[in-house]
Amino acid sequence: MIELRGIEHRYEKDLVLSLPHFSVDSGGHALVLGLSGSGKSTLLHIMGGLLRPTAGSVTVAGVDMSSLKGHQLDRFRGKHIGIVFQQMHLLGSLTVEENIRLASYLAGKPQDDARIREVLTELDLFDKAKSYPNTLSQGQKQRVCIARAVINKPELILADEPTSSLDDVRSENVLRLLVKQAESYGATLVIATHDQRIKPHFENQLVLDDPVNVTQSAVEEAISR
Amino acid sequence: MNILKLTLSYIRQNKLGTALNVLLLGLGMATIVVLLLFSKQLDDNLQSNVKGIDLVVGAKGSPLQLILSSVFHIDTPPGNIPVREARELSMHPMVAETIPLALGDSYEQYRIVGSTPALLDHYEVAVVQGASWSSAFEVVVGSQVAEEEGLTIGDTIVSAHGIGGGNAHGDHPLRVVGILGSAGSVIDRLVVTSIETVWAMHGLHSAEEDAHDEHDEEDSHDHEESESDHHDEDVMASDENLEYTTLLVKYKTPIAAATLPRYINKETSMQAAAPVFQTARLLSLLGTGIDAFRVFAYVLIFAASLGVFIALYNAMKERAYDLAIMRTMGASRGFLLKQVILEGVLLALLGTLFGLILGHGAAELLGTFVGESRGLDISGFFFSIDELWLVALAIVIGVIASVLPAIQAYRTDIARTLSQS
Repeated sequence: MIELRGIEHRYEKDLVLSLPHFSVDSGGHALVLGLSGSGKSTLLHIMGGLLRPTAGSVTVAGVDMSSLKGHQLDRFRGKHIGIVFQQMHLLGSLTVEENIRLASYLAGKPQDDARIREVLTELDLFDKAKSYPNTLSQGQKQRVCIARAVINKPELILADEPTSSLDDVRSENVLRLLVKQAESYGATLVIATHDQRIKPHFENQLVLDDPVNVTQSAVEEAISR
Repeated sequence: MNILKLTLSYIRQNKLGTALNVLLLGLGMATIVVLLLFSKQLDDNLQSNVKGIDLVVGAKGSPLQLILSSVFHIDTPPGNIPVREARELSMHPMVAETIPLALGDSYEQYRIVGSTPALLDHYEVAVVQGASWSSAFEVVVGSQVAEEEGLTIGDTIVSAHGIGGGNAHGDHPLRVVGILGSAGSVIDRLVVTSIETVWAMHGLHSAEEDAHDEHDEEDSHDHEESESDHHDEDVMASDENLEYTTLLVKYKTPIAAATLPRYINKETSMQAAAPVFQTARLLSLLGTGIDAFRVFAYVLIFAASLGVFIALYNAMKERAYDLAIMRTMGASRGFLLKQVILEGVLLALLGTLFGLILGHGAAELLGTFVGESRGLDISGFFFSIDELWLVALAIVIGVIASVLPAIQAYRTDIARTLSQS
C-alpha cells in the first residue's frame, strides 16, 4: 500500500502541490487525474521517492521514505517500486533483455533467468529479447518499459502518462497489461494521466487542479468535472 | 548484467569516438614504448659489449671513436699504434691482460678482426663447428655472420679493404675454418682471424714475402714452425714497422683506473679511453634526442586524455536520461560515479594496450630494418618492467579524464531530468 500525509511541495516558494491525505490499499488501483502542469508528475515523483516533498510523509510497504538516506532510498526504490515513464526511455546501448536485467541488477536483486523469460513472454517480447531499442516500435518500447518496471515484482507500480501518446487500441492494451501485471502478484498500481479514456476503468481517483484544494474523490465526482 | 558489461556497452556504442581516443592514446603510448625498449636494449647492448674491458688503447684522436671502433665495431679506428709500445704496456705492473686488435678490413658488412684466441675467451664464446685458425688466411666467423651469409666450414670469403666496400683483397681469399657459438654480443657479427693474417693482407707482406711468418713466430710459433725459415734479425727489424690498431686492456687492480689512463695519454704516443665512461657520454648525447621524443609522446598522451575527457563529458549530456532512469531503478549516485570512472579507465587501458602492441611491433620492425645493419640487437619481444608504469599511468589518466564527467553524473537531478525530456 501507499499512504501520503500532509504533502506539500514548493518550487522556489511557489506552492505547486498540496495534498492533505491520499492512500491506496495494498493491491488497489488508483488514478491521478489532472491537466498538464497540475502537479501530477511532481506527485508521482514524490510517490516514487525521486523527489523529496517540502513537507509531509510518504509510506510505501510500511516504510516511511523520508527516513531513508541516499543510497538506502535508491535501493528501496529499486526493490519495491516499479516506474513506467511517459518517455519510454530505454538504454540504447543495451538489448531489450539487458535493459530488463539491468533493473534487477541495479535493484540489487538476483538476475533470475526464469523470471526474465516469464516477463518477456507475458509482454509478447520474447522474439525481441536480443533487439536494440532503436529497432523497436513505440508499442514494443512501451512494453519493455512495463517489463522493466515489473521484473522485480515491486509492491508499488507507478505509471506516468503511459497512454497519452498512443491510439485508442494501444492505449487500451497498455492499460490492460499494467492492470494484469499488477493483479498477477498483487501490486498496488497508481497511474497519473490526463487521458480521459482511462477514467472509466478506475474507481479510486485523485483529481489535481487547484493545488490548494485537492481531494481524493469518488468516480462520480471525477466524471462530473 | 553488471557494471563492467554496462560500461563496455557504452564503449561499444560510441565506436567512432572510442576508436579515435584509443588511436590517439595508443600512438602516444607506442612512442613511449619504443623509446623505452630502444634505450633499455641499447643500454643492455652497450653494457654487455663493454663488460670486462677496462681500457682501450689506440692512436691519439677521439676517445669515443676509439671505443666505437674497437668495442662496438661501428666506426673507423683513429689510427694504429706501434707493436713495441703496446708490448711495453702489456708488461706494466697494473695491467692484467691485453688483447691486441688489428682492424681495417671487412667482409660484406662484417668487420674482420685480427687478434689472438684471448679475444674469443674474453667474449666467452667457443668454436662450435670446425676449429680455431691455425695458419694465415684462416678465419672463424661469428654466429650471425655464418647464419646470414650462409657460410660453412671450408668456404672461402674475399675481404675488402676498409669498412663497407673498399677494394677487394681478391688475391688473398680467406678460408672459413670455424664457426663461433652465439654470445649475444658484438662478437657474433665479427670475422676473427690472427693478427698475422690482417698484416699479411696489407702492404707488410707484399713488400716482404715472408713477413707474415715472422709475426706467426710472435704469436703462434707452435703452428708455424715448418714455415719459419728466416732469421731472428728480420723479425726484430719488422717489429719496428708493425702496428696494432688497438689494445683491449684489463686492469690488475681497480687503482689502475686512476693512474694508468693518465700515464698512457701523457707518456706514450698512444691514447687511452675507458669504455664505461665513453658509453655513458654516448648515452647522455642520445638522451637529449630521446628526451625530445618523450616530450612529443607526452603531448600526444595529454591530447588523448583531453579527448577521453571531452568524449565522456559530452556522453554525460547525451546520457542524462539514462542516468536518471538508472537512478529510478535503484542505482545510487555512487554507482553512476563508479561507472563513469570505470569507463574512463577502460578507455585509457584500451589505448595503452593498443600502444603496447603497436610499440612492440614498431620496435621489432625498427630492430629488423635499422638495428641489424647498425649492429644493434633491438627486439620487439623484449619486455621492460617500466611498461607496468604505463599501465599505472593509463589508470591515472582514466581517472583524471573521467572525474568531472563522473561528478556530473553523480549530481544528476532525477526528477528534473525526467520532467525536462
